[in-house]
Amino acid sequence: MYAAGHLAEHPAGTWIDGTLVSRAPGRVEVDVFDRLPTPWGLVRSGVAPDHPQKKDVAGVFEEIATRDGVRLIGNVEVGRDVTADELAQWYHAVVYAVGAREGRRLDVPGAELAGSCTAHDLVAWYNGHPDFAAAGPVLSGERAVVIGNGNVALDVARVLSMSPEDAARTDIAVHAEDALRASAIREVVIVGRRGPEQAAFTNPELEELMALDMVDIIVDGAEFPTDESPATTAAGARRKRLLAELLARQPRGLPRRIRLMFGHNPSRIIGAEFVTAIELTSTSGHTTVLDAGLVVAAIGYASVAIPGLPFNDVAKVIPSSAGRVDGLAGIYVTGWIKRGPSGVIGTNKWCARQTVGALFDDVNDGLIARRHPLSHAEVLETLTCRGASPVLWNQWRTIDAHERAQGMASQRPRLKVTSRHELLELAHG
Amino acid sequence: MTFVIAGSCVSDYSCVEVCPANCIHPTADEPDYVTAEQLYIDPTTCVDCGACVEACPVDAASDAADLAPRLAQNLRLVNAEYYEFAGRRG
Repeated sequence: MYAAGHLAEHPAGTWIDGTLVSRAPGRVEVDVFDRLPTPWGLVRSGVAPDHPQKKDVAGVFEEIATRDGVRLIGNVEVGRDVTADELAQWYHAVVYAVGAREGRRLDVPGAELAGSCTAHDLVAWYNGHPDFAAAGPVLSGERAVVIGNGNVALDVARVLSMSPEDAARTDIAVHAEDALRASAIREVVIVGRRGPEQAAFTNPELEELMALDMVDIIVDGAEFPTDESPATTAAGARRKRLLAELLARQPRGLPRRIRLMFGHNPSRIIGAEFVTAIELTSTSGHTTVLDAGLVVAAIGYASVAIPGLPFNDVAKVIPSSAGRVDGLAGIYVTGWIKRGPSGVIGTNKWCARQTVGALFDDVNDGLIARRHPLSHAEVLETLTCRGASPVLWNQWRTIDAHERAQGMASQRPRLKVTSRHELLELAHG
Repeated sequence: MTFVIAGSCVSDYSCVEVCPANCIHPTADEPDYVTAEQLYIDPTTCVDCGACVEACPVDAASDAADLAPRLAQNLRLVNAEYYEFAGRRG
């Protein structure tokens, strides 16, 4: 059987291949398409630069990608180089694991001002995603305000509070490291709608924030509605312990601060052309204006429609059941395009398992066997004839080796190449 | 000895797949898997084999004896607490 996994922005794609190939070794061939010349989706462009351990999960993907029958075809995009209809003709089955390519924007006056951006764009920028390398924020104000307090909000606050010396030991994009060197930001305020016990961040991420040795973590006790009832879950008990420790802390007078604000919503972003302040409204209706040079909306990611496939514009997912795309035999989804942007890295392995289960059930029921797929050579020939420049596994390894060598020269895990043109030059020699 | 999982866990359940004692939860088949912040080792059923340490792709599982004392203490509590609450729920 021939199957295509469309990895794009999401690591779920690689688990699809792993599950497919291990379910039927020697009988399944999987082509993994990626719209970028580099694989691994958010593990490369989403995971924070100060989380190198989490990026080690790429080792699992490398093992899967080098199994017999799995082939990487990077720098090929559905809608640009190939259509969804064509892929359906070329393979027995196609799995879309394209993730979420946009950040949700704030719906308040002033959200369109310069200096107001989404966490998605900011994260892609500091991680060197080639589509966002040029669009960096100006870090000229002393205060940045992050709206939303999920783990991405905490990532953004940590990175904006990083010293240039610490940043230089990570794989952060050089343009972001330069921006941090020139940054005037001394305080990052993380604003959440709900109270601290219901806040969206996870306990491990809060523990990490509280363990930063060069940043004071400050909470205003007055806006901290304490919940006296005993915890009913282990995570609830862990949260209560952390909050008690946080409240008992005295600021150490460090040069950088992260301030947690709960029970507030943004009501207005203020500025003529650039952001100069933000107005927040508490759940009791009280307003506060904070001077700020940067406002980051960390209120979730959103998937975008793929031409030729159905799309639920409200839920921002491709409608499906157990991974089978509604109304299209042999077309599947997994990851955020299937269930929405939530969960941790490993949740996508679980998600891929369900989709591959459905795919194999369909194969066994004879639902998708009647097609006549192209061979690997025919796929590549068709793509190159129309002007596409696919990046294959060994060519990615050339990019990878170059980035690691450049990194080693400056005591970093890697020095990312952030221009698509340069990536392709490295790949194709 | 006590083996523990740290907050850097990405819930890819490689450890669950190799654990001979079925002492790591939630597994991918349990209802709280999707919302769990991380996976946890049950100290009362762990057989100290270390298979999870080898399997974890992000080095989140370890022998608590190899960790700094404060971190080890917190992770012992966090891992054991998950099973205390699970027990209370029945």
